[in-house]
Parts: sequence; C-alpha cells; structure tokens
Amino acid sequence: MISRTSSMKLAERVREGHLRAIARLITRVESRDPEVRQAMAELYKSTGRAHVVGITGVPGAGKSTLVAELVQEYRASGRTVGIVAIDPSSPFSGGAILGDRIRMGELVSDPGVFIRSMSTRGTLGGLARPALEAVDLLDAGGFDVVLIETVGVGQDEVDIVRAAHTTVVVNAPGLGDDVQAIKAGVLEIADIHVVSKADRPDSNKTIQELKVMLAMSLEPGKDIWRVPVVPTSSEKHSGFGELMSAIDRHAVHLEHSGEITERRRQIALTRVVKVAEEIVRDNFVRDSRSQTEELLKMVTQREMDPHGAAVTLLKAMKEKIHEAH
Amino acid sequence: MQNNDNSANVIRVMLAKIGLDGHDRGIKVVARALRDAGMDVVYTGLHRTPEEVVDAAIQEDVDILGISLLSGAHMHIFPKVLELLKAKEADDMIVAGGGVIPDDDVEELYQMGVHKILLQDTPPQEVIDSFRQLVADRGAR
Repeated sequence: MISRTSSMKLAERVREGHLRAIARLITRVESRDPEVRQAMAELYKSTGRAHVVGITGVPGAGKSTLVAELVQEYRASGRTVGIVAIDPSSPFSGGAILGDRIRMGELVSDPGVFIRSMSTRGTLGGLARPALEAVDLLDAGGFDVVLIETVGVGQDEVDIVRAAHTTVVVNAPGLGDDVQAIKAGVLEIADIHVVSKADRPDSNKTIQELKVMLAMSLEPGKDIWRVPVVPTSSEKHSGFGELMSAIDRHAVHLEHSGEITERRRQIALTRVVKVAEEIVRDNFVRDSRSQTEELLKMVTQREMDPHGAAVTLLKAMKEKIHEAH
Repeated sequence: MQNNDNSANVIRVMLAKIGLDGHDRGIKVVARALRDAGMDVVYTGLHRTPEEVVDAAIQEDVDILGISLLSGAHMHIFPKVLELLKAKEADDMIVAGGGVIPDDDVEELYQMGVHKILLQDTPPQEVIDSFRQLVADRGAR
C-alpha cells in the first residue's frame, strides 16, 4: 500500500523502477500537491538518460495505433518504453475522455511498458507542465525511451518540438488538400514524417508531396539532418521497424552534430517558462483574486490599460512569490 | 481562466469492459456524463482481461475503477479484480460496478469488497454524486 506515503519515500522507489510509485507521483504532480516539489527536485537529478520522442498529428491520423506498433518494435529490441498520452479536455467542464488505451490494449501487462493518459486541462493550450514532469518520472524510473503522444492542433505541435529530442509527425493519406502540409506548419517541426495507412492507394501521393516539399526546404550542408518520410501500415504491420531505426539515427545525428546541446537548452527554456507561467496564472486566478477583479474592473472602465494592470499585479506578486517559493 | 483552478484534485476514473461482453452503450453514456462533471475518464475499450484492467488502472492511478458488466459474469470477474488489486498492493483503489446484476449478487459483491454497485437504471447524476462521495470518503492518498 502506498497511500499517504511521503513523496520523498516514493521518489526512492521511482529510482528502483517501481511502477506504483511512478504512477502515484504523476498523480501528485498533476494535482499540484506542494508536498511533491522536493521529491521532484531530487528526482530531476536522475533524469536526462531517456530519449524523448514526441508524436503528433491531426486527429484520426493514427497516432495511438502507431505508438502501439512502435512500442512493440522497441520491446523486441530490448528497450523499455514509457508513454504519456495526452487528450484534450473539455473547455466547458474541464473533464476529459482519455481513449488512447483502447488502441494500446495489448501493451499492458508488460512491465517494460508504462502508459499514462493525461488531459490538457489547465494549460493555455499545448503541452501541460504535469505532462513534462510525467516524462521526468518515467525517465528517472529507468525507461529507455519516453513517447509523448499529443493531438496536433494549435499550440501542441510547437510545444512538443520544444519538449522532445525527436519529433515525429504522423500524416494520413487523404486528409486535406495538396497544400495542407504547408498550411498546417507541420513541415518545419518534424524530424521524421510518417505517412500512416500506407496500404491505401492514395498514400503514394501523400508520400510524394511530402518529399517534394521537404526537398524544397533543404539547406545544403554536410551535417544537415535530412527529414525522412516513413510509410507505415498497421494493417500489414509494416514500416514500424524502419520508424524506430529513423528515430535511432536521429538520436545519433543529434549527438554527432552537437545539435543535442541546443535541443537540451531549448527544452530547459520551455520547462522553466512553463512553470513560471503557471505560478503567475495561479497567483492571478487564485491567490490575488480580489485584486485581480478590482483591476479588471478598471480595465473594463478604461481607467487603466491592460499592460498597466498586468504590471501592477506582477509587482504585487513579487513579494508573495518570494515568500511562498 | 475559470478552468484553471480545477487542475487540483480532479477525480480520475477508469471505465472498463471485461470479458465477452460487447454492450458498451451504457458505459459510454456514463463516460460522457463523468467528463461533463469535470472528471478525467480513461476508457479501456471492449474485451479486456482482469489482469490488463488492473495493470492499466495502477499505471493510470485512478481514484475509481468502474467495471460495467452485462454478461452475467460479475460473480466471477469482481473477485478476480479484487484479488489482483490486493496482490499488487493496490487495494486502496475504489472499485465500482454497473450493469445488469441481480439483487442477491449485489449484497454478496458488497461483502466481497466492491465499494459501489450502480444498476442499469441509475441516472447519470446519481453516478456522478456517488463517485464524488466515494472519493471524499476515502480522503487524501
């Protein structure tokens, strides 16, 4: 039983790869339990070993199915995999239905695979801070690879690039017109493009279009990563080994080219900014509600401009944060 | 911004279908109702084994594991689930059942350690209220 066990105690068990301890600490991180902070600070020292892969793409592109297949490849190669699967929460109730497990059913009951579903709740859109801390926990828990699966709408796809070492964009044939790839902006963010459902006759067209677009954006140079287009088919169970190899090649490329240093810096920046944003938002919404309301009224009545109100709130906050953190 | 506050203490529920039971209309209605009440609902899909469901519930660290059974196999499946939770030191998880279950069995299931049985004609609001109550009664974990 781990109920009411201190987070510091659980942190020790996370390092031993204890799945229940990982699961419970993710819960505490998600519920913003202040008691968990010290344990997370301690565990952060044990992170940085896992290769973090972001998987994004429009709804229905086949991300969950791809993850299920990819995980089997990793398992066959002897590596353990942690998965953070993110689904959007309702903007009205804040609740969410997390259905990624439906397609990942057969993966559980393998201790080398850990799946956690999370909702986007409480973020400005995009990858939530708790999701990134869940990645830390899986990393500290000894998982070799951590996959973050997220819906590629709006901010998420930019966020995932700033949180992962390798970003995989899943494209499905027949979704949208010829220029959809450029319009959606997914071209630039991918380290690897997947064309799913490659058993379908129209997949070749999608593959060719992507290749043409990628060729146009190529800069000349020796150490340039050439974004591969990998066709996969879950019908035929094909292409997933190739996808794993492409991810591995990208990891090697990051190390050899030295790009990994810049990626790590980018990830650190994202993480720090996200936490800072959260602290500010919490403060505005929860801790200084009366003052916020007062200022909102002044802004509404044109007695103060939004910038002035924001600066006033931040100044008032400065002292309090100093005390609280 | 009004949704920012409720990040804390969101109730997490797993809804599961175990065994040869293809009736998922009810469980999907419940999933939607719980979501609309602000809960995070993990749905397993059909035809899971008790082992798969218990392992998944542990990884998801849900407050409540809700199992819907319309196949008549409840007296076989609930003991199995409770036994697995105990073996994996996860018997602090709240277990709820729903579906078509005869009255005599309901009593026996409660004695076995199932926390709540909600039969097929339970209104969604009652499911929401009883789930909130179960989590409140359990307290911090």
